[in-house]
Amino acid sequence: MGRIQLKKVTKSFGEVEVIPPLDLTIEDGEFTVFVGPSGCGKSTLLRLIAGLEDITSGHIEIDGTDATNVPPAKRGLAMVFQSYALYPHMSVRKNIAFPLRMAKLDQAEIERRVNGAAEVLNLTDYLDRRPGQLSGGQRQRVAIGRAIVREPAAFLFDEPLSNLDAALRVGMRLEISELHKRLETTMIYVTHDQVEAMTMADKIVVLRAGNIEQVGSPLDLYHSPRNTFVAGFIGSPKMNLFEGPEAQKRDAHTMGVRPEHITVSDSDGLWSGVVGVAEHLGSDTFFHIHETGLADTITVRVDGEVSFKHGDRIHLTPREDVIHRFDGKGLRLA
Amino acid sequence: MATQHSRSAARLMMAPAVILLMGWMLVPLTMTIYFSFKRYLPLRGGDLGWTGFDNYVRFVTSTAFWPSVQATLVIVGGVLVITVVLGILLAMLLDQPMWGQGVVRILVIAPFFVMPTVSALVWKNMFMDPVNGLFAHLWRFFGAEPIAWLSEASMTSIIMIVSWQWLPFATLILLTAIQSLDSEQLEAAEMDGAPLLKKFYHIILPHLGRAITIVILIQTIFLLSIFAEIFVTTGGAFGTRTLTYLIFQRVLESQNVGLGSAGGVYAIILANIVAIFLMRIVGKNLDA
Repeated sequence: MGRIQLKKVTKSFGEVEVIPPLDLTIEDGEFTVFVGPSGCGKSTLLRLIAGLEDITSGHIEIDGTDATNVPPAKRGLAMVFQSYALYPHMSVRKNIAFPLRMAKLDQAEIERRVNGAAEVLNLTDYLDRRPGQLSGGQRQRVAIGRAIVREPAAFLFDEPLSNLDAALRVGMRLEISELHKRLETTMIYVTHDQVEAMTMADKIVVLRAGNIEQVGSPLDLYHSPRNTFVAGFIGSPKMNLFEGPEAQKRDAHTMGVRPEHITVSDSDGLWSGVVGVAEHLGSDTFFHIHETGLADTITVRVDGEVSFKHGDRIHLTPREDVIHRFDGKGLRLA
Repeated sequence: MATQHSRSAARLMMAPAVILLMGWMLVPLTMTIYFSFKRYLPLRGGDLGWTGFDNYVRFVTSTAFWPSVQATLVIVGGVLVITVVLGILLAMLLDQPMWGQGVVRILVIAPFFVMPTVSALVWKNMFMDPVNGLFAHLWRFFGAEPIAWLSEASMTSIIMIVSWQWLPFATLILLTAIQSLDSEQLEAAEMDGAPLLKKFYHIILPHLGRAITIVILIQTIFLLSIFAEIFVTTGGAFGTRTLTYLIFQRVLESQNVGLGSAGGVYAIILANIVAIFLMRIVGKNLDA
């Protein structure tokens, strides 16, 4: 079981309040991702849940019991750190066994659990190596192994993939998702990468300056962002957001159109502009269009076959049914 | 060092330093060995010719030899234990964030800058003097009989003085080592449920392994040859005559250069035995 509830939790470092009062419920078995730009307080929030930082006021409940003043080891949570934090002088086996030895389990049980975790994570051949002799991905797996053996109520991941190269990151992303499906344990995952958030999460929590901007499933956030910040943060490439007469025509202060919701044509369309940089991904091409009179740059995402040249004048038409409208405060209009 | 040319240039440029250092080491060593086979009494006839291994036999069979080896080892061992243990504790203390950290750190290092002769004299006259020393006052304050430190507890006193001098060195090296410990490792250990002592034993101590090795090796080199501290305090009396001090007495007090030189060669052998033992015990920490 792993239901985590934050009630009016705040955190201040001296005079600076990094987390204003915050309420959040993470359901049992849910894969929750905290996402936001750097410095938004997502790592602090994770450390508050872990117990590595004391909360300034409020309550944290784990499975209905107050865990606010419970020391980290007693909360039944396991954490995977950004630097992996493996113990360099211990073998992989000893690293994974460490929390069990601290919990004074008997040797046979430790052996059984370590071997089990090693099998799940494909580490069996590396058990007698030291962390220094492993690759980045393998170290990551050892760190996860050390978390798994404790059979925790929830796993906490603090930007675990940011030290890996791009190819490995995609692989580990799948492995962690796979692991979540198999264990069905609550996982809280912190990242600044919205692609990781979108691909892995059951529930995304978007944070800005310690405030929760929106909570919802990846598609909720994609289809109906609650404000301009979420609209700009979720989705890649970023949503085009602009003010002006076009927005006012639709009774909004700001309007947003996703790059994939604009069709291009060389003959006619609602807006027109000049092609700037084109980014070819093969399957798709991102065009950066200038001189539209809407914003400095409008990004459109089109099929990889479409070819316009730098400097071509083209025409754009948004899909009216999926236009996002926001008021003067940046909040979504129904 | 890629090409043949740059390699030979490098050798050429290093040559002066290498030759100088070799000369610095080889000349005194050769002279010591040379004199050790001679009967050489500067004030009683000068060079009296070769004597073979006589000096070596006389030095070892003297009643002062084994006690001096023992005294040397006791001082080295005692100081090493005290400086490493207290050094680790002090380093952990100084690693904590606190007010006036910079000043405190400089103060801690200060004893290292005091010359051995001076610090030994200060200890002898200011602290350990049985009549006017601070310790004597302290003892009397609590109604106890003052201890005549340098005669009654001579070995303890010398070890205290030398430890005081070398503690800053150990603390400094261990502090820099402790500062390089990844704080996430300690947090991971905390999440894993390790209490304070276990964290120290499983995380901090292994991390310090290499630094402790360096402290032990460097200190041993210097401690085997301490002299000034003994010279100005006990003058080798009350069982504090180390091998170094014995050699000094043979050469300068008895004016027997040949006998002293033979002692010098024994000192080299002793240092090497100690070094081999140390490398066996702690040397593996330096690998990888």
